[in-house]
Amino acid sequence: MVTVLRSVRFTLVFALVLGILYPLFVTLIGQTIFPYQANGSLVTWQGKPIGSMLIAQANTSPGLFSPRPSAVDYAANNSGATNFGPTNPALFKEVKANLLAVQKANPGIPVAAIPMDMVESSASGLDPDISIANATIQTVRIARVTHIKRSDLLRLIAQQEHHSFLGLWGSDYVNVLRLNLALLKKEAMRHHG
Amino acid sequence: MAKSTMMFSRKLGVTSTVEALKKMDPRMLIRNPVMFVVEIGAVNTLLLTIDPNLFGGHDSTSQRMYNLTVTIILVITILFGNFAEAVAEGRGKAQAESLRKTKTDLLAHRLQKDGIQEQVPATALRKGDLILVRAGEMIPADGEAIEGIGSVDESAITGESAPVIRGAGGDFSSVTGGTKLLSDELLIRITVDPGESFLDKMIALVEGASRQKTPNELALSVLLAGLTIIFLVVVATLLPMSYYIHYPIDIATLIALLVCLIPTTIGALLSAIGIAGMDRVIRFNVIAKSGKAVEAAGDINTLILDKTGTITIGNRLASEFMTVGDKRQQDLVQFAVLSSLFDETPEGRSVVELGKTYGIAPLREQFVDAMTIEFSADTRMSGLTLPDGTTIRKGAVDVIKKFALDHHGLVPEDLDEKTAQIAKAGGTPLAVLCNQDIYGLIYLKDIVKPGMKERFAELRRMGIKTVMCTGDNPLTAETIAKEAGVDDFIAQAKPEDKMRLIQSEQELGKLVAMSGDGTNDAPALAQADVGLAMNTGTSAAKEAGNMIDLDSDPTKLIEVVSIGKQLLITRGAITTFSIANDVAKYFAILPALFVGSIPALNALNIMRLSSPTHAIIAALIFNAVIIPCLIPLAMRGVKYRPMNATQLLMRNLLIYGLGGIVSPFIGIKLIDLLLQVIWGVH
Amino acid sequence: MTILHGIGIILIIAITIAVGIPIGHYLYQLFGQETSKTDRFFLPMEKLLYRLIGVNPSVKMDWKAYLRALLIVNLVMMVFVYLVLRLQGFLPLNPSHKPGLSWDLAFNTATSFITNTNWQSYSGEQTLSYFSQMVGITFLQFTSAATGFVAAIAFLRALVAHKKEWIGNFWVDIIKIHTRVLLPVSVVFAVVFIALGVPQTLQGTAVVHTLSGHLQAISRGPIASLEVIKQFGTNGGGYMNANSAHPFEDPSAWTTVLEMVLMGSVSAGLVWTFGLMIKNRKQAIVLYVFLTAILLLGAFVIYASESAGNPLLTHLFGLQGPNMEGKEVRFGTSLSSVFAAMTTAFTTGAVNAMHDSFMPLGGMVPLVFMMFNLVFGGKGVGLLNILMFLIITVFLSGLMVGRTPEVFGKKIEAKEIKLATMAMLVHPFLILIPTALFLSTKSGIAMLGNPGLHGLSEMLYAFTSGAANNGSAFAGLSANNVFFNVTQGIVMILGRYVSLIAMFAIAGSLAKKAVTPNSVGTLKTDTFAFGGVFVAVFVIVGALTFFPALAIGPIGEHFSMWSALNGHP
Repeated sequence: MVTVLRSVRFTLVFALVLGILYPLFVTLIGQTIFPYQANGSLVTWQGKPIGSMLIAQANTSPGLFSPRPSAVDYAANNSGATNFGPTNPALFKEVKANLLAVQKANPGIPVAAIPMDMVESSASGLDPDISIANATIQTVRIARVTHIKRSDLLRLIAQQEHHSFLGLWGSDYVNVLRLNLALLKKEAMRHHG
Repeated sequence: MAKSTMMFSRKLGVTSTVEALKKMDPRMLIRNPVMFVVEIGAVNTLLLTIDPNLFGGHDSTSQRMYNLTVTIILVITILFGNFAEAVAEGRGKAQAESLRKTKTDLLAHRLQKDGIQEQVPATALRKGDLILVRAGEMIPADGEAIEGIGSVDESAITGESAPVIRGAGGDFSSVTGGTKLLSDELLIRITVDPGESFLDKMIALVEGASRQKTPNELALSVLLAGLTIIFLVVVATLLPMSYYIHYPIDIATLIALLVCLIPTTIGALLSAIGIAGMDRVIRFNVIAKSGKAVEAAGDINTLILDKTGTITIGNRLASEFMTVGDKRQQDLVQFAVLSSLFDETPEGRSVVELGKTYGIAPLREQFVDAMTIEFSADTRMSGLTLPDGTTIRKGAVDVIKKFALDHHGLVPEDLDEKTAQIAKAGGTPLAVLCNQDIYGLIYLKDIVKPGMKERFAELRRMGIKTVMCTGDNPLTAETIAKEAGVDDFIAQAKPEDKMRLIQSEQELGKLVAMSGDGTNDAPALAQADVGLAMNTGTSAAKEAGNMIDLDSDPTKLIEVVSIGKQLLITRGAITTFSIANDVAKYFAILPALFVGSIPALNALNIMRLSSPTHAIIAALIFNAVIIPCLIPLAMRGVKYRPMNATQLLMRNLLIYGLGGIVSPFIGIKLIDLLLQVIWGVH
Repeated sequence: MTILHGIGIILIIAITIAVGIPIGHYLYQLFGQETSKTDRFFLPMEKLLYRLIGVNPSVKMDWKAYLRALLIVNLVMMVFVYLVLRLQGFLPLNPSHKPGLSWDLAFNTATSFITNTNWQSYSGEQTLSYFSQMVGITFLQFTSAATGFVAAIAFLRALVAHKKEWIGNFWVDIIKIHTRVLLPVSVVFAVVFIALGVPQTLQGTAVVHTLSGHLQAISRGPIASLEVIKQFGTNGGGYMNANSAHPFEDPSAWTTVLEMVLMGSVSAGLVWTFGLMIKNRKQAIVLYVFLTAILLLGAFVIYASESAGNPLLTHLFGLQGPNMEGKEVRFGTSLSSVFAAMTTAFTTGAVNAMHDSFMPLGGMVPLVFMMFNLVFGGKGVGLLNILMFLIITVFLSGLMVGRTPEVFGKKIEAKEIKLATMAMLVHPFLILIPTALFLSTKSGIAMLGNPGLHGLSEMLYAFTSGAANNGSAFAGLSANNVFFNVTQGIVMILGRYVSLIAMFAIAGSLAKKAVTPNSVGTLKTDTFAFGGVFVAVFVIVGALTFFPALAIGPIGEHFSMWSALNGHP
């Protein structure tokens, strides 16, 4: 009985310390020193918050870079994947649909040149990044729609490219939102300039 | 090999087969859970042979033939296991039979309180009865001689044909029922009630009737039962999983898989290994009171041995005469020989013998009127007193010194120095005195038994520390210890010292073995983890020890250690072999199981077996046949070689682990080829 | 597959092991020695906690008292969290007004987190309030790790005791591990995580108009404080449904590497503590070498199979490239592969890629690692499993060299083997029987997200994860139903406590035994030869137990896939 009582006291004390004091303390520090990251890396465009730098968003305008396919339709409050196994016919159906969409949006691209991240869904459904090959393929379409020179677009990608650590951990990629914001900025400058 | 022909004599074969059939009785088989599972499996497949759709399904009657085949192989598997046990027991039984013959219909002359003798059957004797045995009669029961001395033929028990002396008092008083008194007459006090005699115990032991599972065997049985349960779960859950992929596996095949996976090989041979191990001990003329003692012998860390009679040949022999002071060599030899003239001890005889080499050989007849002083523990000297009063003595140096001083003699200055010299060389000095003058020393030398050094080296390689116990002074003890190659010694040891040593070693977590024969050894024998009592010893010693050596050879402990280790190694080796076998069986059976639903799994059929049915039957046959193939190994035991444990482990793993993985691949493939020849390709 | 990425994988594992060694030293100072240099700093705070909880730190406990305290406090905490989850709707810090959980989901979740499993039948951002994430989840992520840890410490003390009954004071141990290890590390690295992009806020869901003009609700919350203990305590239960694949939980390659090092270093470090406790560093080194080799092997098998890609997609559509289904671009195949290997080796259960979408062999490695449950293993429990198999190995090889087996000078007898066998039986029972049960019911099959052999793997994975207290999933399984929640809850409880109790009983029995000094005849366990035998024993026992299930799961799927490509149906 002594042990039960002691256990209850332990539970209450530690729930307070670990469940309340510790997260609040960390929140306090985080909000003070790194408010941008602590609040979800939200970015603004033209004064309005338009999303999180870390979260993919659906793209319906052909003049912007598209993120990877999402199993949850980019619902940032309901992350998830298809969880299709490698031999599941549903996987083939999904990949085929994605492939057709890619080919429709970017006509004339040979299948063998299409990178897998363009046709296979991400793990979170919110993958904010795409491979360089993925971005490069999209430049043809974007150049056509926006009338920005493809070489400028490629330069843009190179500027925004995220390099992996010595090539050891992960590959080079580019953040779609970052790229799109850069693109919009360029467009705006062109219009004003 | 004479042994192996005996192992498989035709008579033994027949009786063992009968026994094997009797052991099919589930009430007996349940003691062996692994084989019991096989039996339950066999019953099920038998039922499925009668009605293939007993558990549902709609198999055609062609399934019957297959089910019958599985049933037959399962029954044979059980029989093989039973046979192994029966063979092991059979060998003991044959021995017990010959022992029992010596026991029948003995009569005894019992002395009643009023001194009148009465003739009673041996079975009527109780503890405390007094009996009289005359020359030529069998001793009817175990007891202790309390009067008389005589020679006894103990060959019925020890197999040693030379008679031994038994008599009242001292350490040679215990007699065993079933032995024969050859000379004189003995008055014996019976020490056991009927049914508890040494002979009875021995019969029970060799028959294996009183065999209890040893701690390690128990632990192994638990592990095997655990593995059996795991495989039961594996096989039982495979059925619903096979339903899930719409290709249910038939029950007979699942049972076949189960039997192949559970450790039947070791399960079948486990008790045979234990019985055979005990049997090996008995063959060495050692009676172990329990299997536990034999196993403990394999774990011994420290071995305590008496010097005299164990490490050295019992007797010290005179090897040199050393004069002291200004005494002449000739006089010293003269007095030394005279003091030993009537001394019948080996030491005394050796002095007379050595004297001859100096040309001094007095005849006994010249001294018949001299008074002989015999050695006693009190005086610790012996010699002659001539009719003219001349006292000639030899004895322990300090006693002789005191004797000289008491008689106003002088102690030569170099006596102590020379005494120390002899002691340091490992010898025993005896001083020689005539009247009050000390003439010199006899150098008695301890002779280490031939081959001891090698045996101790062997023990060291096994990781066993040897300690020599001796009543000698430390200097002498050290020399002998060095010469014999023991690791440590206790000099001037009293019985309590042995006890203390055992306890202090055990306190450190070590297991201690010792041998002994005297009554004062009894507490230490009982305290030691392995106490080997000499058959020539007192009944107290024999009662205290957990093993009795019928040959009374203390160095036997070394063999017992080997046998103990061998027993464990054999169990471990066959267990490893048994489990390793499963790898190949999976590769045979799994592709066969799922060939209908997942044909691609045929990629696992690396043995390229001809058909699924063949694969399963071949694995099952291999599983059965391997048992009789390993019976000789189980009986003989895996050879133990003294080497460090890691080397030994790798060696045995290579043979039984790797061998256990590889051999079924070959075996199953060969059986498959054979099946193709017999049944044709499906 | 590139050489650089291969080196990257090796580097992560090497860093993890290397970081583990000083941690192991530190833990030994804390728990293997009477006093520690850190006493001066931490004792005042601990004394306050002793007073609040009513602990007398000078009391010594035998194994039964220690175990009783451990079990009771676990039960109390579990009930507490069950109530928190049920009453979530009435509790504060719930900006999205989430209702309480159903009884079966609350039961499943409470058992899951108290057992350090962190199986999640729910979706974090959809189901839990901030209060539940903090006081329910984060709280138990600390204490369950601490529980496993002190169990291992108690066992190690018993191992080196010489004819003693006492194995320490449970309350002192569990408080110490919090104040001196878990909390300081968590505070520091939570801040590091925030700096690297992990949110830590009590503000509600952010709603934005995206560049394309859509509305997007972005879930956030006190993630960093949970993330660090989720990894460091080998818990694995994520704040978000996508776990460490979610960019908020694991925003970059740097954070994912940090997460791997956090999850592995203490379990690896405990092996070093073990070596120091038994005064035999070589023993620890031998274990390191073999376990690291197995871990590397597993990581590379996954990496090879994932980077080779799905041949069926090439066959059907002509697509070529690595298998990116269920993987994030910032991690690629190499960081996803090594994460999958480590999260199952260290029994964490966090995922940064979806194991369900791995290639058959790539998905088999995590499955096999969980079945072993001792490639370093989870906090404390991994070491206990290592010791359990060490006892079985020592027993078998002790027989082979003709001596009553000894483990570190303690004789292994029928009692220990009985208990170790019991612990060994837990896995086959808890994995195979429920898998078979669910696969033979309609409702069970209805849960599967993938058909055929992969569906079997999905179910097998779920119960392997539960039994091994891992928590990762082949997440295609729709797990949130009463039947499954309750069964999995029971599996997790038995998987955790049966072997724990058995190991404590062994500890009690060993503590009383004398330590036998070594001799030439003693089988040395600190040799590479013995290490090899140890690996062979657990691999063979594991393989024999699970090979049939694996054969109709991932192995069957693998061969079927290739034979389909070769034109056979």
